[in-house]
Amino acid sequence: MSVEIAEHRMTELTSDPEGGQLLEISMGPHHPSTHGVFRMNVTLEGERVMRLKPVFGYLHRNHEKIAENASYLASIPYTDRLDYLCSMTNNWGYALSVEKLAGIAVPERAEYIRVIVAELTRLQNHASLIGFLMQDMGASGTPLMYAFREREKILDLFESLTGSRMMCNYMRFGGVRVDTSPEWLDEVRALVGRFPQFLDEYEQLLTENEILMSRTQGVGVLPRELAVNAGVTGPMLRASGVNYDIRKVDGYGVYDRFAFRVPLGEHGDVYDRYMMRALEMRESLKILEQALREIPAGPVIDPKTRLRGLRPKAGEAYGRIESPKGELGFFLISNGTTEPYRYRVRPPSLINLTVLEDMCLGRSVADVVVILGSVDIVLGEVDR
Amino acid sequence: MKAQTINAEQVKAAIEAAVPGCRVELLHNGSPSAQHSLVLDHEHAVEIAHFLRDDAELRLDFCSNVTGVDWLDTEISEKVKTKKLVDGVETEVEEVKKTTVPGRLEAVYHLFSMEMKHGPVIVRLRTGNRTDDVRVPSLTPVWRSAEFQEREVFDLYGVVFEGHPDLRRILMWDEFTDHPMRKDYVAPADDDEPLHAAAGERAR
Repeated sequence: MSVEIAEHRMTELTSDPEGGQLLEISMGPHHPSTHGVFRMNVTLEGERVMRLKPVFGYLHRNHEKIAENASYLASIPYTDRLDYLCSMTNNWGYALSVEKLAGIAVPERAEYIRVIVAELTRLQNHASLIGFLMQDMGASGTPLMYAFREREKILDLFESLTGSRMMCNYMRFGGVRVDTSPEWLDEVRALVGRFPQFLDEYEQLLTENEILMSRTQGVGVLPRELAVNAGVTGPMLRASGVNYDIRKVDGYGVYDRFAFRVPLGEHGDVYDRYMMRALEMRESLKILEQALREIPAGPVIDPKTRLRGLRPKAGEAYGRIESPKGELGFFLISNGTTEPYRYRVRPPSLINLTVLEDMCLGRSVADVVVILGSVDIVLGEVDR
Repeated sequence: MKAQTINAEQVKAAIEAAVPGCRVELLHNGSPSAQHSLVLDHEHAVEIAHFLRDDAELRLDFCSNVTGVDWLDTEISEKVKTKKLVDGVETEVEEVKKTTVPGRLEAVYHLFSMEMKHGPVIVRLRTGNRTDDVRVPSLTPVWRSAEFQEREVFDLYGVVFEGHPDLRRILMWDEFTDHPMRKDYVAPADDDEPLHAAAGERAR
């Protein structure tokens, strides 16, 4: 198909001359369905969305500026607060970039632990996203509570490992902060063993649910070419049928050692985006099983790694990982001092919103809520 | 299977062959990451971007990251050895030569290929200075993913992207006048004051 389609916005809708007046409404910033403080200026003709402009910045705290005035080590706890549901993967993205910038090697055991905690993060992120999506659709309570029940078990594991449920501050460039105990790994094994049961139960409730299907199938369709051109990443991209998973493409860490599949959607609608999350959780479980089986003994960080007062040679590096929401990248420029000259976060949540208007045009307000829910945004990361 | 890295020199040669008359400068990166970048000239930037995206071998269809960098005026002092006549005898004298590199703003683009699964190719656009010559061509018409990110660079650094469809502030509020990510930005002393003043004005 031609790339020209992707190059231009979808055709602006023209209003029906007999359709009456246009109505401009502001959805948010305080609106339960906007997943935080996020505003959309929506122009409506009746129920039909004619225009939609997202408004950002309510949670902007200039994270990048703070990091440029702090040492390399001091930024790690700040990265926890980007996408506050997935602090582990945020840590990893940042640690990976510093490792690229300064040429730091990571011990094998630490790589396995990173994979384990990152996949646990993916499980709890996807489970809660599905819960939130159902909440947005009007399924008040039940699916979200089921998801939170499982998420809580994972957060308990994080707490016993790192001391904190959500703000884990666990990874360091060169490895991870503390080693896991054998008991902890056994608890993870037990959780991984039980999790498919929850997934079966969850999918039985939702996947072929008639209400879910009628609310999501054919809604918020994102064509493949547009998804690529607009830099959409993560499950949302793969729902549009593009086979691009950075765990496979870059094989960072030790991901190239594990057998897992990349689920792909066909239609690029909200239903496919729901299915991607459901299927990816099963693949995450496969990765977890392999990682837990093969995890080697050894150190988790080289004691000679300079954490405090790290001074990378002048230069720059861009490192990226497949976070549960998409490509999370960190771009660092060092000028040879202890503080990064430039620190940039590539936020998947923000960039995935580029196509929000395209997906919503011509749909109703109720669909906008569902479409936004399927993008999976966290405003801590969108606004930084 | 790991992603193929691309040799920046080869990309430079390919661009120069495809876009006649363009000036591309290879910028060496001294870090172990060895991610070298290409500085593009303004006149041909959009043409080069189209080439990078559509070329059958490169197919850089995915513009992942767009960001700004602020480079202040820097003074580089070098020790230069010159021969001088001292008391009628030619001797070697060491002199400190100071040169000022004028500051500039930079927009950095990280390009990958989803089709060929390779990357990154890093391209940079530079402004003339940091004050009145801050325009660079926008690459949003080539990659939609740059839309919000170029707005962010405009908002936080003050780089003006010519040809951007909707260049407005994105994170700071519309009444804000400065660019907070610039290196010489000074936050107002009373951090509550300007915010409240602006909010009050809007309410009126």
